[in-house]
Amino acid sequence: MSEQHTITRRGFIIGSSVVGAGLSIGLLPGCASTGGEPLPEIDEVNAWVHIGLDDSVTIRIARSEMGQGTLTGLAQLVAEELQCDWDKVTWEFPTPGENLARERVWGDYQTGGSVGLRGSQQYVREGGAAARLMLIQAAANEWGVPAEECTAKDSVISHNNSRKKTTFGKVAIAASQLEVPTDITLKDPSEWTIAGQSKMRLDTVDKLTGKLEYGADITMPGMLMASIKDCPVLGGSLVSYDEAAIADMPGVRKVVKVQTSLGTNGVAVVADSWWQANNALNKLPIEWDFGPVGQFNEAALTQLLESGLDAEEAFPGNWGGDLKSAFGSADRMVESVYKVPAQNHAPMEPMNATAVYTAEKCEVWCPTQNGEAALAAVSEASGLPIQQCDVYKTILGGGFGRRGIPDYVHQVVVIAKEFPGTPIKLQWSREEDQMHGFYHPTTMAKMRGSLDADGNLTGLHMRISGQSILAALLPHMLANGVDYATFQGVVRPGIHPALDQHQISYDFPNLLVDHAMRNPPIRPGFWRGVNVNQNAIYLECFMDELATEAGRDPLEFRLALMKNKPKGAAVLKAVAEKSGWGSDDGKSRGLAVLYAFGSYVAACAEVTVSDEGKLKIDRIVAATDCGTAVNPQQIEAQVEGSFVYGLSAALFQEITFDKGQVQETNFHNYSSMRIADMPEVETIIMPSGDFYGGVGEPTIGVAAPAVLNAIFAATGKRVTTLPLKDTNLRA
Amino acid sequence: MKTLKVNGKSIDVDVDASTPLLWVIREQLGLTGTKYSCGVAQCGACTVHIDGKAVRSCVYPVSAVTDSNEITTIEGLSEDGDHPVQQAWQELDVPQCGYCQPGMMMAAASLLNENPNPSDADIDSSITNICRCGTFQRVRKGVHLAAKKS
Repeated sequence: MSEQHTITRRGFIIGSSVVGAGLSIGLLPGCASTGGEPLPEIDEVNAWVHIGLDDSVTIRIARSEMGQGTLTGLAQLVAEELQCDWDKVTWEFPTPGENLARERVWGDYQTGGSVGLRGSQQYVREGGAAARLMLIQAAANEWGVPAEECTAKDSVISHNNSRKKTTFGKVAIAASQLEVPTDITLKDPSEWTIAGQSKMRLDTVDKLTGKLEYGADITMPGMLMASIKDCPVLGGSLVSYDEAAIADMPGVRKVVKVQTSLGTNGVAVVADSWWQANNALNKLPIEWDFGPVGQFNEAALTQLLESGLDAEEAFPGNWGGDLKSAFGSADRMVESVYKVPAQNHAPMEPMNATAVYTAEKCEVWCPTQNGEAALAAVSEASGLPIQQCDVYKTILGGGFGRRGIPDYVHQVVVIAKEFPGTPIKLQWSREEDQMHGFYHPTTMAKMRGSLDADGNLTGLHMRISGQSILAALLPHMLANGVDYATFQGVVRPGIHPALDQHQISYDFPNLLVDHAMRNPPIRPGFWRGVNVNQNAIYLECFMDELATEAGRDPLEFRLALMKNKPKGAAVLKAVAEKSGWGSDDGKSRGLAVLYAFGSYVAACAEVTVSDEGKLKIDRIVAATDCGTAVNPQQIEAQVEGSFVYGLSAALFQEITFDKGQVQETNFHNYSSMRIADMPEVETIIMPSGDFYGGVGEPTIGVAAPAVLNAIFAATGKRVTTLPLKDTNLRA
Repeated sequence: MKTLKVNGKSIDVDVDASTPLLWVIREQLGLTGTKYSCGVAQCGACTVHIDGKAVRSCVYPVSAVTDSNEITTIEGLSEDGDHPVQQAWQELDVPQCGYCQPGMMMAAASLLNENPNPSDADIDSSITNICRCGTFQRVRKGVHLAAKKS
């Protein structure tokens, strides 16, 4: 079940196939092979499915697996339509190079934005269904009966009238030579027996014995190890280093200057073992030119962000009604300023990649969230045509958005070019990982709301001031200078197709959400949940402030503005009901609700704050309406984990700068939740059907505001600056 | 040259005395189930057993290992992957990315060695490993389930 292959290991031949629909011409045993690998016993049925003579089922997975369970979910969707025996299912990752050679038959490899299932469910189900129809047709041909009279279930094909039976493995060769059907009807999810079930993950068993090979574990004969230091200040550069000072240290082979098109300007030490390489690197005298960012610090950052709070110019991202007159006729105004710091992804497995470069070929083994971007990076860094490059994806030891950017792939190729033919594994230290992140962007928000004499909210202005991810990483995606992604979770419907899955959760009578872009010299990136996280903190905490000022119940106050948002209201009511909201049991509770990544989520947190100000998060009830639930137990796992990721950030994590350098260099000063901090999470999965919403990210957004609102309920203290670690909750 | 007893076998290694046990295990012995993550004994991904007790091998110099010490890594926790902790972890589908789990399981197994029926408070105080995916809820259930299976 858990055995992993790559197609290349089985001698798969690039370019042997009919492209487009993804059906390959039958490649019979013994035809040819690459690199002396064992010959394939039998060709694929189609791009998504390989059936072995022993009835084994290998499902091809293009998206990356980083813990979120996409691998298993996608396999369930294919297997559901294929009607194979789930116990015979294994999986493999087709390489990005194979995808390129086959005109992207496996579609997009990018694994971020919670698109793993929802972005590929249609075509992978069609792939599974096509393979089933071909297998049935092959059996029907053999029996001389109409395919319509045959059915498939659990990898067995039956002809109902004659009671003939055969298995997938017996007809797979014949099936692989048939034309791909185009008339495909997919099952309704109500008929599912494999998808929609709480299947155990396909990749668990090898994770329990140490057998699973992560990128960090890649081992090859003759391999050398590298450790790298990039200039500790963004935009700074390497001036010189004294190789002679470490040349005699044990195992040291070479010091390599590493400059890449993604901004690396540093130095790597290559040695026989990583411990030797890293030791020598730490002793290598290096002179840097820090450049202008060498003056940057927290005071400069705060000044920059604060300058946007009242700036006259700002990009609107959501608006409606007449805010000016609403504020002018207000009975009361409420105002609050919030701040969320920069944060690092800090996956457990620090960045790494392994490369073999020759003048003819460059291959890289690495954990990546975007295999195709990694492939392009290999080609660019090696200078070889992309057809002479390939990337072999491993399972990721965490990604959270960090591994969508292939900076470490560029680096390893630059190093490997100094050692043609020799495998080079580049392993970042934790310190390098902390200091060279693409950080969750830091923003502030000034929230202003108007209430009438009856405590109704009449107007809201949300001014976001701070960093734009797109301006730094994907400037071509700005729209006339506007980064609409900044408004994730609070965006106006219809403003951008991709952002309609992040619409604001309420109908405000008079509204303005705008963004004063203020870009500090910090590299921003896509951090699990992206801009949803800050925006949900701002809006959901401020909704509590408004409800308090209005003297109204925070649940009732919210629902009054959600009359046309039935799905959002439903998840909010669900958590309120299950948590015991409104009961007089003395518990301190806080709510948050959000629509993001196409899913409706809500949370109710229960906390205790001791007289000394010590916080304990006792319990969280969370609800998710992701439309269609492909694997409920894995959705639960994602929801539980989202609270750890979101609350670790809210409680402990900030990346700060002094003299342009990151100050939080390891887990001792960039802490993360431990098991003792973990509340009991009760997950309500309430799929309302007819759509596929994301699961890995939306719940992060409600984690922090639900807890912050519960802290207010417990203490009357409103926390507006994160992380919480520096706030005395009883002062 | 130093002789280590790892997973029941005696192995000679030629390594600088200051090298942390983690890197001897990973690079000299090729047992890559034990993970590098922080290098400063904060996260526990590198946890192995020395004489049945959990040790963070990333800061444990190989010179501190004695001839009589029995080192156990995740690969040696059981012969067939059926240690009660492994069984419980499989039953509850605990891992997400899984990178921290060898260390997490070694910490759990060490706790159960010392305390066959730990309370939640015992778990809180003795398992301090970091998991960024956030598997703690299932880890806790897994320890209790493994206790029942032991």
